[in-house]
Amino acid sequence: MLTGKSRATCREVNTRLIKRLMVLVAALTLLVTAGFLSLRFGSVRYATADIIGSFLGAEGSTAKVIIMDIRLPRTLIAIMVGANLAMSGALLQAVMRNPLADPGLTGVSAGGGLSAVTIMLVFPEMTRYVPLAAFGGGIVAAFMVYTLAWKRGIDPIRIILAGVAVNAILGGGISLLSILYSDRIQGVLMWLNGSMSAKSRFHVSILAPYSFIGLIAALLCINTANVLQLGDDAAKSLGVRVNLARILLSMVAAFLAGISVAMVGLIGFIGLVVPHISRLLVGTDYRFMLPVSAVIGGILLTLADTGARTLFSPVELPVGILMAIIGGPFFLYLLRKGGAYRV
Amino acid sequence: MINASELKIGYDKKVVVDGFGFNIRQGEMVSLIGPNGSGKSTVLKVLARLMEKMGGAVLLDGADIHRLPTREVAKKLSILSQYNITPPDFTVEELVSYGRLPHRKMFQLESKADREIVRWALRQTKLEKLANRFINSLSGGERQRAWIAMALAQQPKVLLLDEPTTYLDISHQLEIMELLNTLNRELDLTAIMVLHDLNQAVRYSNRLIVIKEGKLFMDGAPQEVLTAEMLRSVYKVEAEVTINKQIGKPMFMPLGLAFGT
Ligand SMILES: Nc1ncnc2c1ncn2[C@@H]1O[C@H](COP(=O)(O)OP(=O)(O)OP(=O)(O)O)[C@@H](O)[C@H]1O
Ligand SMILES: [Mg+2]
Repeated sequence: MLTGKSRATCREVNTRLIKRLMVLVAALTLLVTAGFLSLRFGSVRYATADIIGSFLGAEGSTAKVIIMDIRLPRTLIAIMVGANLAMSGALLQAVMRNPLADPGLTGVSAGGGLSAVTIMLVFPEMTRYVPLAAFGGGIVAAFMVYTLAWKRGIDPIRIILAGVAVNAILGGGISLLSILYSDRIQGVLMWLNGSMSAKSRFHVSILAPYSFIGLIAALLCINTANVLQLGDDAAKSLGVRVNLARILLSMVAAFLAGISVAMVGLIGFIGLVVPHISRLLVGTDYRFMLPVSAVIGGILLTLADTGARTLFSPVELPVGILMAIIGGPFFLYLLRKGGAYRV
Repeated sequence: MINASELKIGYDKKVVVDGFGFNIRQGEMVSLIGPNGSGKSTVLKVLARLMEKMGGAVLLDGADIHRLPTREVAKKLSILSQYNITPPDFTVEELVSYGRLPHRKMFQLESKADREIVRWALRQTKLEKLANRFINSLSGGERQRAWIAMALAQQPKVLLLDEPTTYLDISHQLEIMELLNTLNRELDLTAIMVLHDLNQAVRYSNRLIVIKEGKLFMDGAPQEVLTAEMLRSVYKVEAEVTINKQIGKPMFMPLGLAFGT
């Protein structure tokens, strides 16, 4: 028997689902808009017609070369990296059950950073191997963190502490090299603050397949991430192998962060804050929270990158600065307003 | 059904339970009683393979529970812990539907049968009206019922409950105990529960196991176990134990703390 009251609550639930889907659609729309803006603005401004023209033909025009070969790859990289970092952070926050967890905590950033900086400063002739070394260094560092944290099982607090320690050690290494080779530091600074400059179709074709694998893996983690939110005992009682789950989710997160660091260097903020923005908009259920995080991560990095290269053109700002300036206030606004979820 | 022998359990190096064991048959309602810190929760956690043991064995239908695939165990056994956390915006129904997780294949979606069972669990715990409320907006007792509903949705043969009625008012306490009783009678559910209310333990179980300082103190039928002597040596309480005529089981009335024991 469906009473008036229970029909009303059915409607309530549907409203919630509709609201969540609407946020996702709105975010996707915003992502397309942000991508479009990033194609329009730069050292030269193009009209909408130029952009449509370059997608449809207009062979040989400068507009087409700049839009398709220079700006589009950069935009695509920004979207992928933003999404990867945001998903990485979201997964790690489930693994650690800690709202302050971010991809840096796995050691991926510091490990990638140290090996990249070592190559750029000490063996500059091998610079083209920087992405490979950064990825490898990041994964090795993550492995170190998890080995140190392992003691008959993996406790989130121990991962966090081991992560902080490994970060401090590797960060010290980066600082030491920066001082010893202070004459060569210029190029390194840009990398250490993350930069999407000089990315070509070649870079897109490398990052895209890995990002796709990472995306699929992250989506497969959704159920486990949700169950981990019920606490270890409940998760175990439901037949989840909690230690294994923590390691698998962390591996996916480290992979997502690793490929991003390898491609564009160190970019903070997204992995920490975007999952919270997403949570405030759609709540804690990872079925919605994870995809929305990915889209918002893409939006934020695209907008920040567009701002970074246009606002003070021809000077290009590190993208991290812009991201903090755009994302910070928006985050605070949501935090004050409270959304689907109150912190 | 569940056979525990020579259990030795500790945290780090500190042993808190030693030489503990019992054998529980299908369909029994067992209460585990003992003072604070005596090791009740610890024993329950090991029975549910939430915690490793240092020695001894726990057998579920003859197989070592710590070696069985954990999903297989989850289809037969569920534990409701003493403390639970939920994300703030999970609804009651969402929480309860997680109980179906061990019965689904890795990436299988919720089936119609799953939803039926979730509704059944909600009905059993009288939560239908609250199904779409956020767990965080519920009272302590309603929350507890939501967690019990999740355990029921798991359709276990054995249910372990750590202080399931601690936050509840007397009427909801009795409701939970009656519910367990019904499930026990109708579905032959085996229940092992930690209870602090000894009168309820006597009333609703057919066996009491007393643990004191991590050791088995007594194991037997309620009327054998609930005696003034046991209360004095385990709880250091002087009490009068009488047989209640209406239910035909012993009841106790504490008179004061026991001295010189
Ligand atoms: N995580 C832990 N680390 C170290 N010691 C612990 C831990 N949990 C419990 N203990 C110790 O183990 C002993 C048994 O604890 P347990 O929680 O099993 O008691 P209990 O019988 O459930 O008590 P209560 O009635 O208060 O719930 C206690 O001495 C306690 O201090
Ligand atoms: Mg306890």
